[in-house]
Amino acid sequence: MNAPMSIKGRSSPARGRERLVVIGNGMAGCRAVEEILARAPDRYDITIFGAEPRVNYNRIMLSPVLAGEKRFEEIVINPQEWYDDNAITLVWGDRVDYIDREHKSVVARSGRVEPYDRLLIATGSDPFIIPVPGHDLDGVVTFRDLDDVDRMLAAAETGGDAVVIGGGLLGLEAAHGLSLRGMKVTVVHLMPTLMERQLDEAAGWLLRKELEGRGQTILTGANTKHIHGVDGRVVGIELEDGTRVKADIVVMAAGIRPATGLAKAAGLDVERGILVDDHMVTSDPAILAVGECVQHRGLCYGLVAPLWDMCRSLADFATDAPTGYSGSVTSTKLKVSGIDLFSAGDFSGGEGCEDIVLRDASRGIYKRIVLKDDRIVGTVLYGDTADGNWYFDLMRRQEDLSDIREGLIFGQAFASGGALADPSAAVAALSDDAEICGCNGVSKGTVVKCIEGGAHSLDAVRAGCKASASCGSCTGLVESLLSVTLGGDVESGPKAMCKCTSFTHGDVRRQIVEKGLREIPQVMQELHWSTPDGCASCRPALNYYLLCAWPGEYVDDQKSRFVNERMHANIQKDGTYSVVPRMWGGITNPRELRAIADVVEKYDAPMVKVTGGQRLDIFGIRKEDLPAVWADLNAAGMVSGHAYGKSLRTVKTCVGSEWCRFGTQDSTGLGVQIERMTWGSWMPHKFKIAVSGCPRNCAEATIKDFGVVCVDSGYELHVGGNGGIKVRATDLLCKVESEREALDHCAAFIQLYREEAYYLERTAPWIERVGLDHVKERLFSDPDTVAQLAARFRFSQTFMQDDPWARRAAGERSDLHSHIATVRPVAAEMEKA
Amino acid sequence: MMFGDWLDIGPVTQIEAGTARTLPVQGGEEIAVFHTMRGEFFALVNACPHRKGPLSQGIVHGDVVTCPLHNWTISLRSGNALGSDEGCVPSIPLKVDAGRIYLKRSAVVAPRAGPAGTGARAA
Repeated sequence: MNAPMSIKGRSSPARGRERLVVIGNGMAGCRAVEEILARAPDRYDITIFGAEPRVNYNRIMLSPVLAGEKRFEEIVINPQEWYDDNAITLVWGDRVDYIDREHKSVVARSGRVEPYDRLLIATGSDPFIIPVPGHDLDGVVTFRDLDDVDRMLAAAETGGDAVVIGGGLLGLEAAHGLSLRGMKVTVVHLMPTLMERQLDEAAGWLLRKELEGRGQTILTGANTKHIHGVDGRVVGIELEDGTRVKADIVVMAAGIRPATGLAKAAGLDVERGILVDDHMVTSDPAILAVGECVQHRGLCYGLVAPLWDMCRSLADFATDAPTGYSGSVTSTKLKVSGIDLFSAGDFSGGEGCEDIVLRDASRGIYKRIVLKDDRIVGTVLYGDTADGNWYFDLMRRQEDLSDIREGLIFGQAFASGGALADPSAAVAALSDDAEICGCNGVSKGTVVKCIEGGAHSLDAVRAGCKASASCGSCTGLVESLLSVTLGGDVESGPKAMCKCTSFTHGDVRRQIVEKGLREIPQVMQELHWSTPDGCASCRPALNYYLLCAWPGEYVDDQKSRFVNERMHANIQKDGTYSVVPRMWGGITNPRELRAIADVVEKYDAPMVKVTGGQRLDIFGIRKEDLPAVWADLNAAGMVSGHAYGKSLRTVKTCVGSEWCRFGTQDSTGLGVQIERMTWGSWMPHKFKIAVSGCPRNCAEATIKDFGVVCVDSGYELHVGGNGGIKVRATDLLCKVESEREALDHCAAFIQLYREEAYYLERTAPWIERVGLDHVKERLFSDPDTVAQLAARFRFSQTFMQDDPWARRAAGERSDLHSHIATVRPVAAEMEKA
Repeated sequence: MMFGDWLDIGPVTQIEAGTARTLPVQGGEEIAVFHTMRGEFFALVNACPHRKGPLSQGIVHGDVVTCPLHNWTISLRSGNALGSDEGCVPSIPLKVDAGRIYLKRSAVVAPRAGPAGTGARAA
């Protein structure tokens, strides 16, 4: 840093002028001075203190400097001549240490005392340094000023690895710059979504994919525990989960804090920022404050736009023409070249808020407008930000949009088209050769002809002319064409999966496989979900479809699981759980029974009951006790019975030929084999199996999803039975001669059901929907199919047959079973649980 | 131990986004603290207005939780039942500061039917 020095402007100050001292030579301080000079050039004798050894520059353009897109000279706002021409004394590199309010003067580190009539504090903000061990190592830098950029550039010269802590605006811009400079960059972000203050999950996911595509590694939900160093120099970081990332440089971009130290020491009113009124006056009438260091009407701003508004109001006041600042509505754009991203207002939704979402997968576009009372309260745009300013303007003016809301999401050009604001009218007004479906190149004329030719439903149109059959983004247009062409005669097609999408379960399953979709946010984006993160209906369904489509690859999303599958036990009406250990084929032994009895006593279970599926159900276990209960049951050799899952429940058996005088085959033995093969598999819905040793059918195999009835000559295989609300007896699928064949057919049938049924569809309604002939045709038309399906099932099982109880008993996901803490209400004291 | 109006209940990282965790209050009603996928935090009494189901165990989507017992959907922002269902569960004012979660002490001491609480966005 250069030695402290001051540069006196050319003309000496005239006597009688008021003395204005500005602490801070940044964007806010200088802008305020500019505004004052524009109103009253001769009113003040001005001195500016700047901590950085250079003239005033545009701090928000540091990102392009880091990225190599701009040079420092190009981002200077006010060169030396400006200070000279306006007779401003710039004191740089000399920090103000103390404000002496009594004597109305400031004292700098060098001992310089500068008296003031009016003082302006524009100290901006300081980067927030996460106080983890190692934060003071050499090579740990912030991203706030040009010196930081120089440090980063020096590190980037030798290449290597960079870690950026913080996936907000600043962090991502730093990461982008370092990446362009040739470093291998990892972004470590505490929250699950990048830029979560500006983006919702969907847009954050798109951004993440784009950045990953550019070679950055993005770690979300990642908490830095330690920064490691060797000889005082950083070598890497360690996350809370133990992950280590190599780093030659660590950039702390975890947020900023208003720099209020001086003001606080001077006794001014300070909360998060320095408190100011609408004229930017602090609790001392002689002291003003502006920019990121202030708190106005409860808000602190970290963006540049509010600063301009504040400076105008400040200058109006300082030149005796007060107007008053009433706060700012802010918007954000990410300055990363090639990524279009816009965010404004409050998009977190809330009571009375409505979302309008448009997704265009083929062009990577996501747009979301949040309306309240027909007025925009927030906007997130990704991929196409052309209308960002228009939406922002509508939001700031709080315009009532009830007249144009239907077309609003399509942008200004569409929505402002007068009569075209009504989508039906807009569609009717289109010419016959206007393209409706971009994916399949289908014109309006073709769609109308198809409808007039008898296609009276969306599905019929899709089948007839392919419009809306691919990405689905023109579904709304096709539906409008249907209603315009047919009036009220549109037939409603199969039911959509849920209110988040117009696609059916079948559409979604098919497209997951066809398009190779591998994560829930990706499915939602590619299939144009109308909600940001789905609902309690579609999330579990998508989780299952992905699990089924990509065995061993897809990582189960516990957040998308119903409570029972997340807790591996059955929730009861009082919030406790019931626990059912597996009893293979309904056979047990003294050791297991003793372990169960011990658990019942040890945990005071109020009831233990024999279930319909030939096992024992222990009731009234608290979620905190579940891992210990499981550990005890595991110790006796028992595993999860999955009585809670959309999965294989039990295989019920009769005693069969080993004991029964009527038994024809070893039904218990086969039952155990089947259960060993099928346990742990996730399915569209619960799945029950039974094996009866003779046609007397004591195991009730003909009301199970898959039932085996042994006969002298072999095994009859039955499918699609149900003993629930609507009793359905099974259909006979086929008869086989060996246990091996029975096992293979069982595996093949389950896999077909897993791959083709809709989520929460039992085998009975599935077979009623598709027909038994379809199932037989899929299984038997090709002699290899049974073997292929069975192989797919067995492959998938290699990832599933892992006792979830054992992992929990060993401490996995203990957060699901523990409280955060306990509160003693008398003094509202808290104890770590 | 931190005093004042706000009770520090620990770091934001202790609750995975899209889930909730519980905070029993001795002699009072258990509190569920939610962390949404968008990074917001909310606190409600952990009992559905319908049949007292533990809301902490429901699926969290948007700023809504679906009760695990009978699929009522409850606004995390207000505690109100949404859709055709009617009812309200008390919400506890919550704020996030410097990566830690704070609950309004007075609301924890006496969980009660009060005005809707406010959501807080993580820093």
